[in-house]
Amino acid sequence: MKNTFLMRNPSILIFLGLLALFTLAVTLMSEATGAGLISTSFVKTLGKTLCLCLIAIAMDLVWGYTGILSLGHFAFFGLGGYMIGMWLMYERTRQIVEGSLANAEIPPTAQEITDAIGTQIFGVVGSSDFPAIWAFADSLAIQLILVVAVPGLLALVFGWLAFRSRVTGVYLSILTQAMTLALALYLFQNDSGLRGNNGLSGLQNLPGAGDIPQSMVSIWFFWASALALALGYLLAAFVVSGKFGSVIRGIRDDEVRVRFLGYSVEGYKLFIFVITAMISGIAGALYYPQAGIINPAEIAPIASIYLAVWVAIGGRGRLYGAVIGAALVSLVSTWFTGGQVPDLPLGFSTIKWVDWWQVVLGLSFVLVTLFAPKGIGGLFDLLEGIRSPKRHGAPLGPDAGSLQEREAQE
Amino acid sequence: MSTLLEVSGVSVSFDGFKAINNLSFQIGEAEMRAIIGPNGAGKTTFMDIVTGKTHPDEGRVLWGEKSLSLLKMSEARIAREGIGRKFQRPTVFEDQSVHDNLLMALKNDRAPWSVLFFRPKFRNLARVEELASEIGLTDELNRKAGELSHGQKQWLEIGMLLAQEPRLLLVDEPAAGMTLAEREHTTDILVEAAKTRAVVVVEHDMEFVRRLNCKVTVLHEGSVLAEGSLDHVTKNQDVIDVYLGR
Amino acid sequence: MRPLTPIPDFPGFSFMRPFLILLGAVILLALSLPVQAGPVQDILQEHSTILKKSSRKTIQPAIDALANSGLPQAQQVLQVWQAKDMWLRQEDGLFFKGETLPSKAIRLTDFDTGDVVGEADKKALKQLKPNSGIRALIATALVQFQLSDPDPARRAEALTAIERAPDASTLAPLSGSIGGETDATLKARKQRLERLLTISFDKDDDARIAAIESFAGDLGVDVRAALNPILTTTRRVFAGDPPVGLNIARMLKPGADALPEAEAYDLIVAAKLGPPRLTADDLRAAMLANIENGAVGGVPVADLNTDEVRIRAYAALAEAGAVPAAVTDAQATEAVKTHRFADIYEEQSQAVTDAAGAALKAIEAKVALNQGLDLGLDALSLASIYFLAAIGLAITFGVMGVINMAHGEFIMMGAYTGYVVQQVVPNYTVSIIVAIPLAFAVTFAAGVAMERLVIRWLYSRPLETLLATFGISIALQQLAKNIFGTQARPLTSPGWLDGAWVLNDVVSISYIRIAIFVLALIFLLFFLFLMKKTRLGLETRAVTQNPGMAASMGINPDRVNMLTFGLGSGIAGIAGVAIGLYAKVTSELGSDYIVQSFMTVVVGGVGNIWGTLLGATMIGALQKGIEWLNPSNTLAAQTYMIIFIIIFIQFRPRGIIALKGRAAGD
Repeated sequence: MKNTFLMRNPSILIFLGLLALFTLAVTLMSEATGAGLISTSFVKTLGKTLCLCLIAIAMDLVWGYTGILSLGHFAFFGLGGYMIGMWLMYERTRQIVEGSLANAEIPPTAQEITDAIGTQIFGVVGSSDFPAIWAFADSLAIQLILVVAVPGLLALVFGWLAFRSRVTGVYLSILTQAMTLALALYLFQNDSGLRGNNGLSGLQNLPGAGDIPQSMVSIWFFWASALALALGYLLAAFVVSGKFGSVIRGIRDDEVRVRFLGYSVEGYKLFIFVITAMISGIAGALYYPQAGIINPAEIAPIASIYLAVWVAIGGRGRLYGAVIGAALVSLVSTWFTGGQVPDLPLGFSTIKWVDWWQVVLGLSFVLVTLFAPKGIGGLFDLLEGIRSPKRHGAPLGPDAGSLQEREAQE
Repeated sequence: MSTLLEVSGVSVSFDGFKAINNLSFQIGEAEMRAIIGPNGAGKTTFMDIVTGKTHPDEGRVLWGEKSLSLLKMSEARIAREGIGRKFQRPTVFEDQSVHDNLLMALKNDRAPWSVLFFRPKFRNLARVEELASEIGLTDELNRKAGELSHGQKQWLEIGMLLAQEPRLLLVDEPAAGMTLAEREHTTDILVEAAKTRAVVVVEHDMEFVRRLNCKVTVLHEGSVLAEGSLDHVTKNQDVIDVYLGR
Repeated sequence: MRPLTPIPDFPGFSFMRPFLILLGAVILLALSLPVQAGPVQDILQEHSTILKKSSRKTIQPAIDALANSGLPQAQQVLQVWQAKDMWLRQEDGLFFKGETLPSKAIRLTDFDTGDVVGEADKKALKQLKPNSGIRALIATALVQFQLSDPDPARRAEALTAIERAPDASTLAPLSGSIGGETDATLKARKQRLERLLTISFDKDDDARIAAIESFAGDLGVDVRAALNPILTTTRRVFAGDPPVGLNIARMLKPGADALPEAEAYDLIVAAKLGPPRLTADDLRAAMLANIENGAVGGVPVADLNTDEVRIRAYAALAEAGAVPAAVTDAQATEAVKTHRFADIYEEQSQAVTDAAGAALKAIEAKVALNQGLDLGLDALSLASIYFLAAIGLAITFGVMGVINMAHGEFIMMGAYTGYVVQQVVPNYTVSIIVAIPLAFAVTFAAGVAMERLVIRWLYSRPLETLLATFGISIALQQLAKNIFGTQARPLTSPGWLDGAWVLNDVVSISYIRIAIFVLALIFLLFFLFLMKKTRLGLETRAVTQNPGMAASMGINPDRVNMLTFGLGSGIAGIAGVAIGLYAKVTSELGSDYIVQSFMTVVVGGVGNIWGTLLGATMIGALQKGIEWLNPSNTLAAQTYMIIFIIIFIQFRPRGIIALKGRAAGD
């Protein structure tokens, strides 16, 4: 079964092959495992970019294939990050606290350890008690389950409410935007139990791996991100390739007609919404340990809109388009806003790219929407000259990954 | 002949305007029925009610041997119960191939989970081929539906309806915008279909209705004005007054 | 009383006084004779010790003696003293008013005569430096002089001072000054203040009760401030029944919600009626203090990692007498059972507390009613802001079906236009009058440009319009940041918009909010007029309902779309000026309002101005209502509001005012 699926979509193999090559190349050039050509921080940037590609795939599934313009998927991304962040922060603080209490004159009680951890973590918001949501923070297994369960559950409840009442189109977009805004505002409060606007920090330090240098940890996370991206891509390709893909694209194009064919449109939308929320959660859980910190500003509505921008620029309705868009825009953004681009003197004034990049991005986005609605992915159609009638869910240009490769080395 | 669908005493109004007024209607299994009536007579609204798109203010809509009420069901559920509907304008999935369109409509488990793991078996593919030849689109199977001509889209949609294997087919103006040859083909498809299932055709074109050669129901201002053979209703004075005489 | 003649040697020759004073001064200067002591100096000398000591605790007799002396100079002496201008001459211990001359020498003036007695070197003198505590006491003493000051402004000032810091000592002078008060307003104020002070400080309970009852239904904050302290209670524990004579507010039953058992025992401990319970910290400290040979009470230190083991070790220590025995839970429960707990009024007269309680209850009921009214006004003004922000969106989104994510940036653009105009036109009233049409013009132009260049190509693709306008939105926001910087720019409202319309101490609304309300109302009427009575409105409605048909009737849909979009954007610009007046102008001004604006339109129902109005009212009221329920946390208020809206959409997916009929389903 799997064989035939991959055989029918050889492009998936091309993508996976290129991703593997890219991973290998980075591994060989990194500080920890290779020649040291690229810095640890850049390895982290690349790892984070892979996570963004993963959530872009989720966004493409929900928007490009199913036609739900969700402006809230970064909420799920952030929740995934928070879930893993809780364990990372708890466990690391516990080790530090136990280390310091071990030298005390009498051994600490379990309660004393918990109190000390609480003071360490929540002192910044003027509290020392563990909120109820931290009940499982000491268990990696449970927190890992929560990484998918919490975004999934939120998506299930929200999606059930929204789809059941047949909210569609821009209404749904605004509603999802409201959802992520509500979540962000909630998390901004100090008594939300997740340290308010301080967020969770120090996530780059793996508990129990204190002796291992960050350069090595960064490579681990890079590999994990690449693996997650590969699996996510496979899953997404599997979902969109068959009859299911047919149905969701039908929903995108003519929801009413699909309903009269006997498919429960709401069920399908909910399925896609929940599964993409879970993928986003996983992407977030891999992203934030590489970023080192997560705070509620990360899930502000603007982040989710950027996500839509990436997918639109890359070309929605094709998985590799989402990957290209996310990788290209986020890396170029990092490049420009990082101040590495030389200023452009115009005689009367100087263009500082740090200031002007946002303007360029906004306008280029308008241009893409107006003149290249298919995004960068549309170029592959031109290259191959395909206006092919037999275009299944996952048409992959042979050059998808290679472009990514090139960007990564810029 | 047992009754397949029974609509009784149904009324619905939009902003005070009574689109359907105490309408009653019955159709048996394997029966062909044409519904005619002037614009605004409530033909489309009638279909909306049967397929669950519009909820009537009062009345009953009963279905099948067990006399299930359709009013509580969702559109998708009604479709799964065996009522297929063709819209006025052809609505096919233009971005997908004819093959995919038909495959999607094929009668199978509709639940997301089983659809996700569904892979077409030989008999499914054979059925698609068979349908395609029935609607005359064998050569177009791999083309995108959006590239088809208007008439071909209409046929594809009828083919999709047949693929659903419904017990009742609701067809809204199937011949609109078709050439004469295309109309004849359409008639053949519908007549063939009516041998095994109930078919309700809403149509303006009298010639087309005559060719269907079936019982006719005349709607006017949301209720049934006359019922019988085409010749019978065209002689009815009321019908002549409101519809044919103009 | 006739002023005492300054120079007693020449009584009766008062007309010559100025001359004689001068003469006297010259003679005194020349001869440098010791000054004859006058009545003020006598008082000062009498209290010389405490004056020199200058302590807040002991100074009161000196102040009282001066204030109650009845001498005309008393006020001046107190003021001089308060201003740290009183000096002590070391050689003879006399007090003078001193002025520091440019030559650094001090010129001394006698208090009794007002004559300059000479100059002296700083070293021969000691300055009296009353600390702030003493100065406050002096100020209180000065009040009685100020209350009868000929200048009404000074009298008003004195009243304000008393209002700010009511004190028992001010009651008598205040009462005394009422009779001589000529100004009706001040007299009323004095009488009210007298009654308030009576409530707090009078010795006679009947007078206090009468005063309390005279304030029935009064909404003043000062009344509540006077009544509340009377009703303050302390929670106390008694070994038996509370002694007779205490004014008991209520008896408490331990174990109930009002007094959990643990708290009850803490009270017993605080009253020293029982030994303290052993806390985890105490336990730990006891362990640390009694480590002997690696063990505590026979338990090895390494085992002390649970509370049970520690308690066992503590018990062993207690047995050995190293530590006091700990109270067990059972003992604590028993102690709580045998004690009585009560809230006791600090005020001793039950009649007074009853009267105060009744008065406060009546006042609070009225306050609640007025707070409701105030909340309503707040909600209304918030609603008008949302309405202003959303009305332009309602036109572009509701009428044209175009999602304009850059709408918030048009609001921002309007606000910045106002700011720029104020840089050019300094008069605030004129600048606002100029800014409003200019903001309209600027954003109208921007809207038309955007419609022509971008939106009209995307009419059939609403989701892509959303994204394209979002691109414009981030570009505009960054552009504003580049031009105006990231710091907030002020948009100052004209002076006549400052202040608030105060109905009573509870209900008030600022003029600027009233102005925004009026502006919202004007826009509502303008919009209705435009849509129902003008050609453009007719054409717009036609294009909205059926663009193809409208086009065939000779309406140019392009032109109508362009104008409608420009209009919606222009209104956003004016809303920007209005919002900028009460919030700071930043590049993020627009994005702060955009989600609420969308909510307003969605909740209200698309394509209907009344829907927008209702939506704005609902969201405004909701937000204020939730804030009222949880005033400390406006963030939570917004969260709950959004959740409410998501749920609301469940029941009315198409908003409060929805299009009905077959068209709505398609």
